[in-house]
Amino acid sequence: MIPQNIQLDSQGRLRHLLTIEGLKRQMIVDILDAAESFTTVGGQAVKKVPLLRGKAIVNLFFEPSTRTLTTFELAAKRLSADVLKINVGTSATNKGESLLDMLRNLEAMHCDMFVVRHAESGAAHFIASQVAPHISVINAGDGRHAHPTQALLDMFTIRRHKKEFAPLTVAIVGDIMHSRVARSQIHALTTLGVSELRVVAPKTLIPSHASTLGVHVFHDLTEGIRDADVVITLRLQKERMESALLPSEHEYFQQYGLTPEKLKAAKPDAIVMHPGPINRGVEVSSEVADGPQSVILEQVTNGIAVRMAVMSMVLGRAPEGAAQ
Amino acid sequence: MGLQIKNGRVIDPANNIDTVQDVFIEQGRIAALGKAPAGFTAQTQIDASGQIVCPGFVDLCVRLREPGFEHKGNIATESRAAAKSGVTTVCCPPDTNPVIDTPGTIEHILERAEEVGLTKVVVLGALTQGLAGKQLSEMYGLKKAGCVGVSNAYHGVNPQVMRRAMEYAASAGLTVFINAEDASLRAGGCMHEGQVSVRLGLPGIPECAETIAVARELQLIELAGVRAHFCHLSTARAAQLVADARRDGLPVTADVSISHLFLTEMDIGFFDSNCRVKPPLRTQRDREALRAALTQRSISAICSDHQPHDVDAKLAPFPSSEPGISAIETLLPLTLRLVEAGSLSLPDAIACITAQPAAILGLDAGRLSVGSAADVCIFDPERQWNFNRAQMVSYGKNSPFLGWEFTGCVTYTLLDGKLVYQLGE
Repeated sequence: MIPQNIQLDSQGRLRHLLTIEGLKRQMIVDILDAAESFTTVGGQAVKKVPLLRGKAIVNLFFEPSTRTLTTFELAAKRLSADVLKINVGTSATNKGESLLDMLRNLEAMHCDMFVVRHAESGAAHFIASQVAPHISVINAGDGRHAHPTQALLDMFTIRRHKKEFAPLTVAIVGDIMHSRVARSQIHALTTLGVSELRVVAPKTLIPSHASTLGVHVFHDLTEGIRDADVVITLRLQKERMESALLPSEHEYFQQYGLTPEKLKAAKPDAIVMHPGPINRGVEVSSEVADGPQSVILEQVTNGIAVRMAVMSMVLGRAPEGAAQ
Repeated sequence: MGLQIKNGRVIDPANNIDTVQDVFIEQGRIAALGKAPAGFTAQTQIDASGQIVCPGFVDLCVRLREPGFEHKGNIATESRAAAKSGVTTVCCPPDTNPVIDTPGTIEHILERAEEVGLTKVVVLGALTQGLAGKQLSEMYGLKKAGCVGVSNAYHGVNPQVMRRAMEYAASAGLTVFINAEDASLRAGGCMHEGQVSVRLGLPGIPECAETIAVARELQLIELAGVRAHFCHLSTARAAQLVADARRDGLPVTADVSISHLFLTEMDIGFFDSNCRVKPPLRTQRDREALRAALTQRSISAICSDHQPHDVDAKLAPFPSSEPGISAIETLLPLTLRLVEAGSLSLPDAIACITAQPAAILGLDAGRLSVGSAADVCIFDPERQWNFNRAQMVSYGKNSPFLGWEFTGCVTYTLLDGKLVYQLGE
């Protein structure tokens, strides 16, 4: 039988990062604090620290990605690790090689960490359950299940602007049903103890039993973001129109697209977030995306520090060395 | 050539027997219970003191994986697993490769099973050719070749074809076996749609995928006037629909898989692919309702829904792992747990895996009547054992029950009076 939560070792330390679910509040705070110490690295003349020198990290992306892949790669390089990118779309699994055989081959090359993105929920758990004991797995997004580093960088961004989580009202707007980002954000925000967490979308984009995750469900945008401190918008995939979930992008934007007008319902100092890539004029208007309340580009920058923190913690090195 | 089973507690629900007595077997048949028939001499004696002697079990759904999926198991390996589990009759659904839609395939399976000789095999024929849901199969021919019913397994059939197939099956005197699931509502789902699927981000199969299919088929059954059986119900509501229909006099029966009486969506934990099964594991409320339906006899049979798999079938991310549990070896021990839990008396529990499934298949099996075939299971109800991979006999080791402690273990299995399994041999 597979152990229930394999991402922690026997001493409760992070061995893999597969999901936010089950992480203790203090561990999330530790990761955010470690990330804070890495934010200065990007501004140095030599943008590197030697924490992971000699370690080999493989980016194993079974789905296309630009931002996540690039920031993972930058993060690993800034930690002085050797980084290998395997574009699986054009690689061996297309030639009939099984996922497991591919992992065995990479293990044989003495890698230390796999950063995995895969279209199926549970893929990162599966890979973590199969790899040799010296290898760690970071989930860079599996199906609709989890995208823990994205949620952590979002928490990092929120904390930088709002300091404390306890008083906050957070609204997540958009395709909750298919979003691994939303699931990880929900676990992170409930663990960090925000005052109120809402999800806002038509019923077709909200999974049944969503309220069991500890969120309040809204179907009206203005009501859903009223007096919110943080408004997170999610990407809407084009294929949702083909599976009878939505009639059109046009109507979605009319009802759920975030415009300066609608944003007035939120608190005046509310921040607007988006995990990218943005569909301008679908989830959010350009005025909002590029406006003063938007922290969308900051999220991308913060992604590097947060991923450095996670990689260095998982590979077992104390992050305090980074500041020196 | 007589065989005498001595001092066992004989439980034969079909004949309302529950008493300590001897069983006498001659020429492969039950010769007498209690007192030896005139002129009986026992060549062999089995001491069944402290043990239960009951009809060999009749399992409504066992995938033997032959023909077509021999990398997952075959008639020999799975017959051996059946014998070890006290199962003397297994019913094989038609979704083999080739599909069981010709007399030739039926003959092949039955011949192989007879050669192996460890359990009796009966088959369901395909309701439509190739299970494609378009053209009716030659049901009269299939019946003549030995099929005991027809089914389209999990392959969808539109209502019009289903109606006609039911009418034709009724004409041929065949029971229609139904795996009730609306394919469009299942869509890409791989587990129950509920509080676990929302957490794991796995596409869910809603309850209504089953209930809508059951409601639809019930109306078609009434219209066609066919005798029908629902395979492995998974939801409380579907069980209720069938109970209501039975009360209204419709000729329908239903079974439940043994695994669904113990596991729920929660057991999937963090993506345990051994808990991926069709229909999906539902909620605790559903599990309790299925147990209650057995108690109230609206569901009259428990089957294993045995689906052995090769190792690779489960070694994949949850959505691309294959559904099914290698379950025949846990049929008796888990059924005994239902007795322990108070859901069923021991005779009623045995009836659910002997006489009642035999009646659904229309077989003269699952009973110890004088003159009937001596298919007998003897088990020690007190014996404790640990269910582990090493002693699994089925080729498929895909069971979420590995590591469980069980009380109650098959000691002997007789097929036509011949010993086909003995514990420790």
